[in-house]
Amino acid sequence: MSNLQLQRAKDFIKELSEGYGVSGYEFSLNHPIMQKFREYADEVHTDRFGNIYSLKKGTSGRYKMMLAAHMDEIGLMIKEIDQSGFLRFTTVGGVDPRTLVGQEVIIHGREDIIGIIGAIPPHLQTGGGEDAFKMEDLGIDVGMPLAQASGMIQIGDTVTLSRQGYELLNHHFAGKSLDDRAGVAVMAVCLEELGSLYHRHDVIAVTTAQEEVGIRGALTSAYTINPDLAVAIDVTHGSTPDTKGVVNIELGKGPAVALGPNIHPAIYKGLVEAAKEHRLPYQPEPIPGASGTDAWAIQVTQAGVPTGLVSIPLRYMHTSVETLDLQDVINCGKLLAYFIASLPDDLEGYLCY
Amino acid sequence: MLLKKLSELNGASGAEKPVRETIMELIRPYVDSMFVDKIGNLIAEKSGRLQGPRILLAAHMDEIALMIIDITGDGFLKFKSVGGIDPRVILSKPVRINESITGVIGAKAIHLQKAGERRKTLGFDQMYIDIGAKSREEASQRVALGDYAYFTTSFAEFGDGLWKGKALDDRVGCAALIEILQKDYDFPIIAAFTVQEEVGLRGAQVAAYHTNPDFAIVVETTVAADTQDRTEDEWVTELGKGPALSVMDRSTLYNPKLIRAVKELASAEGIPLQLRRGGGGGNDAGRIHLSKSGVATIALSVPCRYLHAPVSVISDRDYRTLIALIDQILRSNLVKVL
Amino acid sequence: MTTEALDYSLLKRLTQGFGPSGSEEGIAEIITAEIKPYCDEIYRDTLGNLIARKNGSQKKIMIAAHMDEIGIMVTHIDEHGYLRFTTIGGGHVNELPHQRVYFRNGHMGIIGVEKLEKPTDLKLEKMYIDLGVTNRTEAQKIVEIGDSAVFNGPFEQVGQRLSSKALDDRIGCFVAIEAMKRANSSYELLFVFTVQEEVGLRGAQTAAYALEPDLALAVDVTLTGDTPKTHRMDVKLGHGAAIKVYDRSMVTSPKIKRWMAEVAAREHIPYQWEVLEAGRTDSGAIHLTKGGIPAGVISIPARYVHSPSEMVDSEDVAAAVQLLTALLEDLGPEK
Repeated sequence: MSNLQLQRAKDFIKELSEGYGVSGYEFSLNHPIMQKFREYADEVHTDRFGNIYSLKKGTSGRYKMMLAAHMDEIGLMIKEIDQSGFLRFTTVGGVDPRTLVGQEVIIHGREDIIGIIGAIPPHLQTGGGEDAFKMEDLGIDVGMPLAQASGMIQIGDTVTLSRQGYELLNHHFAGKSLDDRAGVAVMAVCLEELGSLYHRHDVIAVTTAQEEVGIRGALTSAYTINPDLAVAIDVTHGSTPDTKGVVNIELGKGPAVALGPNIHPAIYKGLVEAAKEHRLPYQPEPIPGASGTDAWAIQVTQAGVPTGLVSIPLRYMHTSVETLDLQDVINCGKLLAYFIASLPDDLEGYLCY
Repeated sequence: MLLKKLSELNGASGAEKPVRETIMELIRPYVDSMFVDKIGNLIAEKSGRLQGPRILLAAHMDEIALMIIDITGDGFLKFKSVGGIDPRVILSKPVRINESITGVIGAKAIHLQKAGERRKTLGFDQMYIDIGAKSREEASQRVALGDYAYFTTSFAEFGDGLWKGKALDDRVGCAALIEILQKDYDFPIIAAFTVQEEVGLRGAQVAAYHTNPDFAIVVETTVAADTQDRTEDEWVTELGKGPALSVMDRSTLYNPKLIRAVKELASAEGIPLQLRRGGGGGNDAGRIHLSKSGVATIALSVPCRYLHAPVSVISDRDYRTLIALIDQILRSNLVKVL
Repeated sequence: MTTEALDYSLLKRLTQGFGPSGSEEGIAEIITAEIKPYCDEIYRDTLGNLIARKNGSQKKIMIAAHMDEIGIMVTHIDEHGYLRFTTIGGGHVNELPHQRVYFRNGHMGIIGVEKLEKPTDLKLEKMYIDLGVTNRTEAQKIVEIGDSAVFNGPFEQVGQRLSSKALDDRIGCFVAIEAMKRANSSYELLFVFTVQEEVGLRGAQTAAYALEPDLALAVDVTLTGDTPKTHRMDVKLGHGAAIKVYDRSMVTSPKIKRWMAEVAAREHIPYQWEVLEAGRTDSGAIHLTKGGIPAGVISIPARYVHSPSEMVDSEDVAAAVQLLTALLEDLGPEK
């Protein structure tokens, strides 16, 4: 693996991780994503739902292969400004209120404004504090009186967590929104790799919108493309000391390749064979039902789409310190590229069940 | 900027050295002498035109932090708090160790927790710091047991005339003392930058003993709970209404005559002042006022929201008026009240 | 336009009509009679959606309001003539006891409750409907298994506030009808009075698939946060039409919400932003149809939604009519 490639992937992930894009409000990510994909794709465009399509043509162009990774992040939305200027919020996607306390946030109002979700200090607390904070107990302090706040912030403004991305030891990377911007980076690596490989079919890498609120962008983009084959890229839980026996996927041991009812068996097999042939690490991930990813929506689009799923192992999912191994990102991108290059011209074995 | 510089230094109780060394450089031009005592307090003296009374100004250098107490086989760091930290405020925050290693505070992902677990607070024992190490051996090359982990919050302007940052408790007091030391007074001034306040007012106890002052002013930050669902009677103090004068806390009953004199002085000089409401908490005054045969002591604080959390907030106006009030006290004949 | 210009006798007829999800014919008839003079074609589709077209060219605009209301459905008739039932749509089970329900044939029943050990034992299975008969045979002359019924909630006007059952979403139908009477557009306007919204946005889904509009606007009720110690929400009765930003079924495209607010501001129509934490509406289904259809929602703030005494403010209703009309007229080839 070239260190240059790892460095580029890190820079891209860091840029995306520190960007803003709560579900439905992904537009500010368009520029960095489109700029990156223009380096490797033949055509890049968006649709009115907010999905971004990057087409890399194949030599025959007989079939269409869709890749999908979502760019939206979980976040907050202002639902009320109270008399003292504090902001009340609801969540967009699954946010754990316990991770919000003592957290700086950015309110995307008329301009970007810093806010703090504070807590009463231990000096004043009564009781053991064993019950966790509930979302309705929390508010955002913007340090301004009501009149000033309501001039800059309105109901419905989105809020993201303020979090720099950090590189840890062993090319681990920690930050917010790696779910699933790491998947977007995987697609960039894949298209880059495809530049030096012979592949027959057209590849359309779709950066989807609104996954966290119900897999919505994948639904509309898959309908639009109507692909012959699709692989979604998302994140999956990586093991930590407290998940032994529950989570078997580990960071640094390669992408997780899913199998189960959401997955077409030939795609699973093709991915595993590509990994073995090119000596890339992978971890099988059996998923007995809904995968909760873009793959779930894509599989049943129009007349049905043979679908696969690869995932980057990730610790602390849905927090602002999601942690992954950048090497898994590179290996995942390469695996997809080799898999795509291995597809036969007639897609025999893939188009039936 | 002084506040920013001090706030962003790392110096937990027992590890105040970076703060102490920075302050020494900052005050060197303004003081007649200074020394570091046997437990780490920085004591600076500035003589006045008169021999006495001797006035002690005290602010603590230490901050709350986390201490590494164990490294797991797979390279995760276990920790406890240094000083009072609510475990509920640290989940999912990045931390800095030994000025070179970054880690994040992790716990089991919410998806993997059962419904009952989700409603409960996660304790320190259910969290750990992930620095990306793959084994105990690897982590041990970078981190030793007893090392401290600090929040990474940067100091910046916030909202309307406020500041946000970490360790404002009590670098704000340190900054105020540094500003006071740049002025000249009739009385001899002893500035004590104390250690280990957060683990039991330990530095102040020693400093008061050997500096032997006639009068002491503890310069602190204190709880401002003027937020969200709290009703006014629970606020303790309020941001933007001037420094807070303590009447009573868990460590001290303050002298009523002094309280009255400070109130009258502030009012005469047009300096905003609020009384600290509520009897909880404590500060260095608790040790100082009981030193030897007793020391007349007052405590003046800058109200601070979200004390002991990764990010706290103060008002610039409160900080400025705190310094103005201390300045007036040192120029007045208030100490003659005694 | 003033509030007086709106004919609330139409709203009274709409709310008092019988139209639980799946049995919306009665409402469709009232609407058809009212709108005939104002459109070029009226038909009902496979699921029962009532579709009224105003001819135009180039683009197709869909306006959706649902005809169905919540209710109950009979599941069993016992030997003494008591009925067991299930709910249709999101009714509040703990508010059911001793309410009156009406079947399509006008027969009334009263919801009774078995003896409970403690109040928390109140479950649907503990309730029954008393038709006032004494045996199964008599009951079967009135109802069959599978018959549905709606709650009793007369229409009342109190000052500028209106209360009734089924304002969710006959008020939306009313607003759409009034806008149809007023709006001029060069585009094709498709007013769709949808069915089965309360059981999963079903009518809107199939209608949007068939019609493939270029833009859709739904009209429905939303909740408010202005009553004593209720959930936190910024929407207030009497503060104007609400423009939906977010609910469980849709994140409104920022472009569309901004356009709606700009038109409202330009026309001096009072409006408020709506962030709804629970609930969904027709646009949620419409905007995910095929490759995605741009969609917005005008909401009428309503209290006590899904009760027999829902309440709206006539100023908000007037604002909603004005806003929908203005939006339809604002759409032109240049947009």
